[in-house]
Amino acid sequence: MDGNVEDFTETTTPRQAENMAEMIKVDCRNIDVFYDDKQAIFDVSLPIQDRAVTSLIGPSGCGKSTFLRCINRMNDTIEIAKVRGKIYMDGADINDHSIDPVLLRSRVGMVFQKPNPFPKSIYDNIAYGPRIHGLAAGKHELDGIVESALIKAGLWDEVKDRLTAPGTSLSGGQQQRLCIARAIAVSPEVILMDEPCSALDPIATARIEELIDELRERYCIVIVTHSMQQAARVSQRTAFFHLGKLVEYGDTERIFTNPEDSRTQDYITGRFG
Amino acid sequence: MSSPAPPNASPQGSFITEEALKRLKTRHAAERRFKLYGQVAIGIAVVALVTLLISIFGQASSAFSRHVLTFDTTLEAAQVDPSGTRDPGAIERNVSGFNLLLQDELAAQFLPEDADRNLQRELYGMFTRLAVLPIARETADRPETVGTRQSFSVALADDIDLYLKGGVSNRTQVKLGAITPVSGSLEDTVVVEFGRDTAGADIANAIERFRAQGAGDNEPTALIQMGQTWFRATDITDTTASLAYVAGARTMPGADTQGAALVLEQGQENRTVTDRQLAWTMLLKDQGRIKSVLNTSLFTNSDSTYPELAGTAAAIVGSLLTMMVTALLAIPVGIFAAVYLEEFAPKNRMTDLIEVNINNLAAVPSIVFGLLGAAVFINFMGLPRSVPLVGGLVLGLLVLPTVIIASRAALKSVPPSIRDAALGVGASKTQSVFHHVLPLAAPGILTGAIIGMARAIGETAPLLLIGMVAFVAEVPDSPTDESTVLPVLIYKWSTGAERAWEPQTAAAIIVLLVFLVLMNLFAIILRRRFERRW
Ligand SMILES: Nc1ncnc2c1ncn2[C@@H]1O[C@H](COP(=O)(O)OP(=O)(O)OP(=O)(O)O)[C@@H](O)[C@H]1O
Ligand SMILES: [Mg+2]
Repeated sequence: MDGNVEDFTETTTPRQAENMAEMIKVDCRNIDVFYDDKQAIFDVSLPIQDRAVTSLIGPSGCGKSTFLRCINRMNDTIEIAKVRGKIYMDGADINDHSIDPVLLRSRVGMVFQKPNPFPKSIYDNIAYGPRIHGLAAGKHELDGIVESALIKAGLWDEVKDRLTAPGTSLSGGQQQRLCIARAIAVSPEVILMDEPCSALDPIATARIEELIDELRERYCIVIVTHSMQQAARVSQRTAFFHLGKLVEYGDTERIFTNPEDSRTQDYITGRFG
Repeated sequence: MSSPAPPNASPQGSFITEEALKRLKTRHAAERRFKLYGQVAIGIAVVALVTLLISIFGQASSAFSRHVLTFDTTLEAAQVDPSGTRDPGAIERNVSGFNLLLQDELAAQFLPEDADRNLQRELYGMFTRLAVLPIARETADRPETVGTRQSFSVALADDIDLYLKGGVSNRTQVKLGAITPVSGSLEDTVVVEFGRDTAGADIANAIERFRAQGAGDNEPTALIQMGQTWFRATDITDTTASLAYVAGARTMPGADTQGAALVLEQGQENRTVTDRQLAWTMLLKDQGRIKSVLNTSLFTNSDSTYPELAGTAAAIVGSLLTMMVTALLAIPVGIFAAVYLEEFAPKNRMTDLIEVNINNLAAVPSIVFGLLGAAVFINFMGLPRSVPLVGGLVLGLLVLPTVIIASRAALKSVPPSIRDAALGVGASKTQSVFHHVLPLAAPGILTGAIIGMARAIGETAPLLLIGMVAFVAEVPDSPTDESTVLPVLIYKWSTGAERAWEPQTAAAIIVLLVFLVLMNLFAIILRRRFERRW
């Protein structure tokens, strides 16, 4: 990567001296989520490590996306969804009334299952976030942000000559990287990814996985995936969900080689899910 | 493999059974049938549309041209400006002075010195009293022309115009060849001899044909022209005829004058144009003084009690002003209501109730909105009657539900992933709506708005109730001036008694259609522009 790229995670620098394994960025405690009366998440407590990739796995409908959306309060936009429990980010309660979800989402970026670029130019796709948050003082600075975001997302070389082309004119894999660049551009600390590769072919997937691995050095990444191999390849920590409950959470290596729970064992060996 | 093929297997293979083939056949038949139904439906729609257009354009064609008489006159100061002040207002108001100019000129040409009032009225009846108004206006604009000789053209009365366009009565023309008067006088009867053997028989045949077609007591008329003089045939044999003088030069035609007969299906008691008026018209036409011109007054004049002077200008401007008010009310309010309901409103009983009511409101008969407008805007709020402001407000309320429903549908069709994307980078709800959702929904919203406006522009009933049916002779300047609108004008013209209102009405319908087409075109262009941005 470009060595000149500034460090967007300065806020955590004082704690970098601590043991990496102990650095908790987002601490979720006793989360319950209800859709109307139907409970989707049951008492999940999950401390998420900084500068690491945490993957959430589990059978379809077990609540992975629901849980992920708690972290940037996207569940607020679903009228019938109610979240109980505490989530601390750098020690601050994100559900506190003093915290605006808009500000929270500028610090917790999200990448969705299907690439969803704005139907605008590539440049405007990236520049939109910095613009609304007032991150750039002028056109020049904005250009810089766009460029560095595209570089970090590994898309710069492919699009630098056609920044005015519509974002929707890119290929699926490029679009997904554009969405990642868009998330990076607002200098988040946490990036949530909900099955970012499910709509992509193996080559594009490999490209994104590579990218996630690079991004790990600067961000706290949480990724939902249906692919065991992907979880094994990109993540350092893995959480296995089943029927809305957190069954097992630990180092990826251990989960895949020596799971404690029989349900985890069954799932990773493909016996259900 | 070793199992035998079923007995009824077809040659294609064991899995294409007789039964499957039969099902396939019925399915194909059903498809063909359905396609046919569709084509028939389209055919009916196209035929209906084409018939409508042909009939409207056919009827209107005569309204787009108009016959005028060119007329040279000296603008005698004593006649046109009796006060001598050259005050434009006074000149313009002095319509009767200009009428006298026209009438004197005609009388000098066609009337004997001792003409009685009936004869005068017959001649002057070829023009309406207001036909000289444009001349008066023109002179008022240029007072220095008073006293000089000027050339003008005046519109012929609607019936004469209609006759020249082939209306009023069916007719045939018969060339008679040379005709020689043998006895009699212009005051009494003139007996003539036809040079051509069959001339008398040709006229009699034409009369007989019309009589056979005609109803009851109607007697066809044969008018005979000899040179500058017109006669009515009273008795015809194969080679001779008795003629009565109608109009034109009061000298006995010489021997072997070339003649022609004009046989009309209706006698003059059954026509709106008399024999004399016909003869005068034909004489003026022979002099080359009657011309067919583009009926620009259809677009530049306001309403009038005389069809040949009536125009759509006031109604066009009235419609424009009304549409402006309607658009200003319905489009912003409709869009904001839709955005609120679709994006911000909590989904509960209350919003359900509002939604149901909006849908119902779209189905309320338009006349009810007229009653509402009369009660609220005029009686309660005290706004003036018959003005585009009130009309626009009423129509705005009328199309509001349409705009809201269409806008909501457009907003709904924006993929939720766009909203998520915007919220995901930290846009507020309002930002996500105004930066992303609304621009994407714009083409759909626009279409809805135009459909609403198209409905509004054709509405008549509610406007009748708020008095926009008033007779308006002036082009309105502002939304608070008395005014009428195109559909109401069409309704009023269609109830006019004179035949000439018929093409006039059709012409006004075409103006309205053109309005609609322009609006749709505008919408399409806007749509294209919006869509190209993405
Ligand atoms: N908007 C919603 N309204 C009501 N119920 C919902 C909603 N979203 C999710 N659910 C329910 O919550 C449960 C968890 O859903 P969620 O989408 O979190 O599962 P998931 O683990 O992401 O599944 P997948 O792997 O298929 O994406 C499911 O039973 C689902 O039916
Ligand atoms: Mg999911």
